[in-house]
Amino acid sequence: MSDDEIADKIRSLESDIDRLARERPSSRGSEVERLRAELRRLREAIRPGSKAWERTLLARHEQRPYTLDYVERLFQDFSEIHGDRRFGDDPAIVAGMARYHGHHVMVVGHQKGRDLKQRQYRNFGYAQPEGYRKALRAMKLAEKFSRPIIAFIDTPGAYPSVGAEERGQAEAIAHNLREMNRLAVPVIVCIIGEGGSGGALGIGVGNHILMMENAVYTVITPEGCSAILWKDQDHVEAAAEALKLTAPDLQEFHIIDEIVPEPPAGAQTDHKAAAEMLDGKLRPALESLLGMTGAQLREQRYQKFRSMGAVVRLNKLYAP
Amino acid sequence: MTWFKSNKGPRAVLREEDKTVRTEGLFTKCESCRAIIWKKDLDANDRVCPKCGYHFKIGAHERLRMLFDEGAYETLDADLVSPDPLKFVDRQPYSEKLAAAQRATGLNDAVVNARGKLGGRATLISAMEYSFIGGSMGSVVGEMITLAIERALAERVPLIAVSASGGARMHEGVLSLIQMAKVSAALVRLDDAHIPFISVLTDPTTGGVTASYAMLGDLNIAEPGALIGFAGPRVIEQTIRQKLPKGFQRAEFLLQHGMLDAIVDRRSLRNYLIIAQSFFLA
Repeated sequence: MSDDEIADKIRSLESDIDRLARERPSSRGSEVERLRAELRRLREAIRPGSKAWERTLLARHEQRPYTLDYVERLFQDFSEIHGDRRFGDDPAIVAGMARYHGHHVMVVGHQKGRDLKQRQYRNFGYAQPEGYRKALRAMKLAEKFSRPIIAFIDTPGAYPSVGAEERGQAEAIAHNLREMNRLAVPVIVCIIGEGGSGGALGIGVGNHILMMENAVYTVITPEGCSAILWKDQDHVEAAAEALKLTAPDLQEFHIIDEIVPEPPAGAQTDHKAAAEMLDGKLRPALESLLGMTGAQLREQRYQKFRSMGAVVRLNKLYAP
Repeated sequence: MTWFKSNKGPRAVLREEDKTVRTEGLFTKCESCRAIIWKKDLDANDRVCPKCGYHFKIGAHERLRMLFDEGAYETLDADLVSPDPLKFVDRQPYSEKLAAAQRATGLNDAVVNARGKLGGRATLISAMEYSFIGGSMGSVVGEMITLAIERALAERVPLIAVSASGGARMHEGVLSLIQMAKVSAALVRLDDAHIPFISVLTDPTTGGVTASYAMLGDLNIAEPGALIGFAGPRVIEQTIRQKLPKGFQRAEFLLQHGMLDAIVDRRSLRNYLIIAQSFFLA
């Protein structure tokens, strides 16, 4: 059985159990127990390995929910705003006004395409300088009218191209890193798929950082790391492992705040369930920040990033 | 009878070592124009080729000696080291790579924080050391730049960052990446306090350093010919599968595209910085 077939089996088992439990609460208890045991066995079989490389592949899965899939399921009245008012509009980053549980919020996020045409249009989620500038413009707009910001991260990285360099890819990201720190409204970051280096961080400076269970966040792709450090492409798995790019690793290093669980075989099997699980973490995170003043939000965000890193001072105990 | 006759006897045979003039260590070849340069000339010329103006790469301490008045300064934060948080191992353990770089450079990591005088004015300079794992930014570099920014803020003293870096250090994973955000956050406070921050980009400055503090100066200035960019040229070439335009990602290219305030020859850099600081600080 393939993973998808197993996932189907799990869903039908779940509904069978529900139905049986509802229809015959007492008499068929043993049957329900048998089905439950079967369900547990299937879930174990399908649960993705904790291996870093497997998670990397899941994070890139072509059926994985993208930013607009979550927006469609969790937000109302999404109204997109385009363009950086400097050069162009980058389809690899979307931005727009929306309502979330009654709150007006600004959504920004990387967007990948589902079919070939869409993928090309979205440039495979590789954002360009105008994308980062559009995102910041949208965020400044939200700040001006005191609306919180929810950022979705899902990119292989910022686009490496002649045009992107000419238009200041590095400057665009650097500027965002500084200006996102100034925002006097809540910023919640959700890493939903690939967190690809500077291209991810460029819209990733927030008060609270959520990460989906099978998302990855890394300084360089395992492929890039293998090419540079091992000088070949045979060590992507070792590189993925060494880079500590999974959600549990990053929580340990205090890079992210919370891990959002995913459906048993990964978010790609059930977009609705994945969205509900994200909702379960996103809503409380947002509502806990709404009471804070602009100054408090800035200070909290500053202190959060200020404390990141691993540094020791040379042992001074031996000094006279 | 022979018409020509040597009556000098056999010629004295020169010993092998006498045949060549010993020039090793005295001359060097310009990496750009291939001219042979007397090393003393090169040193006297701030390690700029006297023939073609090519700027040789220089180390952090050499940079600081060139910039500060009388070449005098004190170093700060030099006791910070990386604990190898990921216990990273590729073909060799990161801890060994670090130890080797520390032995080779005499530094604990890829940046030197220094305090001294520039044109008589108290100034902080953070200079990066490219020979330390490609000047890459891990937690220690991020922390030291942040400390320099915080010191500039506390002492109300201008800060200059001289970059030479391949970008974020892979061996510390996302902890390296996140330093970009940390340093940029600290720069907000410096900016709000109207304390000048000048970024000097030298050959090469790419990746996470360009995409954070190196592009966030009140002035972003570069040395001639410096390679500056976000993605490295090889990565771009592989992506677009075509030859890159001539001079692509060189300082002159960036200036043309509006990304730099100025390109300043190393020999007049000190003077330029003094003028800029007096503009900022009266």
